[in-house]
Amino acid sequence: MVSEELDIAKKNLPAEQGPVQYVNELTTLNLGPTHPATHGIFQNVLQMDGEKIVSGEQTIGYIHRAFEKIAERRPFYQITTLTDRMNYCSSPINNMGWHMTVEKLLGVDVPKRAQYIRVIMMELARLADHLICNGILGVDTGAFTGFLYIYQERENIYEIYEEVCGARLTTNMGRIGGMERDLSPTAIRKIKELIPRFRKVLTEFENLFNRNRIFMDRVVGVGGITAERALSYGFTGPNLRAAGVDYDVRVMNPYSSYQDFEFDIPVGQSGDTYDRFMVRNEEMWQSLRIIEQAINNLPEGPHFADAPQYYLPPKQEVYKNMEALIYHFKIVMGEIDAPIGEVYHAVEGGNGELGFYLISDGGRAPYRLHFRRPCFIYYQAYPEMCKGLTLSDAIVIMSSMNVIAGELDA
Amino acid sequence: MLTNEEVAQTIINQFGEAVGEFDDPFDLLTFTASRDQIVPLVRFLNEHTTYQFSFLTDITAIHYPDSAGREFCVVYHLHSLVNNFRLRIKVYLAAEDIHIPTLTPLFASANWMERETFDLFGVIFDGHPDLRRILNMEEMDYHPMRKEYPLEDATREDKIDALFGR
Repeated sequence: MVSEELDIAKKNLPAEQGPVQYVNELTTLNLGPTHPATHGIFQNVLQMDGEKIVSGEQTIGYIHRAFEKIAERRPFYQITTLTDRMNYCSSPINNMGWHMTVEKLLGVDVPKRAQYIRVIMMELARLADHLICNGILGVDTGAFTGFLYIYQERENIYEIYEEVCGARLTTNMGRIGGMERDLSPTAIRKIKELIPRFRKVLTEFENLFNRNRIFMDRVVGVGGITAERALSYGFTGPNLRAAGVDYDVRVMNPYSSYQDFEFDIPVGQSGDTYDRFMVRNEEMWQSLRIIEQAINNLPEGPHFADAPQYYLPPKQEVYKNMEALIYHFKIVMGEIDAPIGEVYHAVEGGNGELGFYLISDGGRAPYRLHFRRPCFIYYQAYPEMCKGLTLSDAIVIMSSMNVIAGELDA
Repeated sequence: MLTNEEVAQTIINQFGEAVGEFDDPFDLLTFTASRDQIVPLVRFLNEHTTYQFSFLTDITAIHYPDSAGREFCVVYHLHSLVNNFRLRIKVYLAAEDIHIPTLTPLFASANWMERETFDLFGVIFDGHPDLRRILNMEEMDYHPMRKEYPLEDATREDKIDALFGR
């Protein structure tokens, strides 16, 4: 008996005070690559002492598609389809971020109406992204109901995407220089109908989870991270804000007219799973506020910039007008040379700062393009966050970090 | 509000010859640093009481196969959240001596960023705790983002480069 107690006491010693004696023999557990709880293809090799996690190591790259290499051979407008496939839960944000990066390089000013439409689409994407993350967190804790309640609204958001650009998941939305078409009356009606309905559903969702004893037992105090560690690990987005740092690219470096809207930045305290969940919930409320302001104050005017050499002319013009035909041909064939330059542009993606570092040597394709993918950077912290916790905790931490395999690997 | 000139002057005063080529494309302060001074430089910026560059945004590299002696360029993006100020540091390396000190003691996030840069470009970060490939498989014997590796299958003759961009 005494020796057993001694073992347990030794086990609780911090690692610096000598080699740790484990109660059980260590077990290696492969969590992934195709585990249902990873929600994507990546692997965690966990060293388990019984039910406790001693250490972990991630293996990623299972869906590495070399986007940066492919981008070096593609005309600028064709790279939009690559950005879709990074964070596929909020692809419009990636698309718009890329368009804005190129517009910065080209020096194109986008009219207000296009900027507002972009804001609406980006915030809808954020809603869809956070819905999935929080819904799945519920599923992983055993509460399927919330997920089913809100999923209809995600479907409705995808219908708006369809109305705006024709696609649902990999949207390829907008163009360099604006949007490809104006918001149709149907799209405006659908967006206006979505807001009150979404508020109702979100209230219902929050009622199911926020003060739910079983849910709170699973997530409160699980996987906490201090603000200092979170910054050192390069956290951004809701995960950083849950740790108490109010960094949001939309406020710090406003793009696409975000300065015109009034919204709050929710901030957590302990950076644990519950805080991440609550920050994402609150961000959905704020996104709804932004969408409401944008759709009600949608400025009149064109939905694309006056930049004929970069923005495809209307199709009717192409058949009648010589210049339009020339530009159409040159843009589609990728014969437009970009100016020489070096740009870093960041947008607030679903998971945080999504950065595009673009170097142009004056050719038709980028000389070098690098994506700063928030998932890739903050997922490093995962072993540290679940050290000493149980396997079931590790799964909810992974869900609440919202690791998207497409963004992880690019 | 910090200005680019002010920050650049402080850095020049502190590091003199080790930094140079100051520029501000699209209002982002950009300069080069020597390889020996990169860690002291980042530490200085990080620990500076007013600047507080506490956030490492990104590490990546660029390959310039035609510029002799400066074939590789490692690019650091730093962000001072308190002042909302970004800057970009470039370190040029020669192809035959492609070593650079690691930033992992300063920023935990540098770990995977450096592994990615090593994986894609073969830049060796001295002192890195675990410098292995991260996105590609261990067995690969080349670094795919270098310009000499073609995107298309090199054995094919029916695909002409000029028709596909570069």
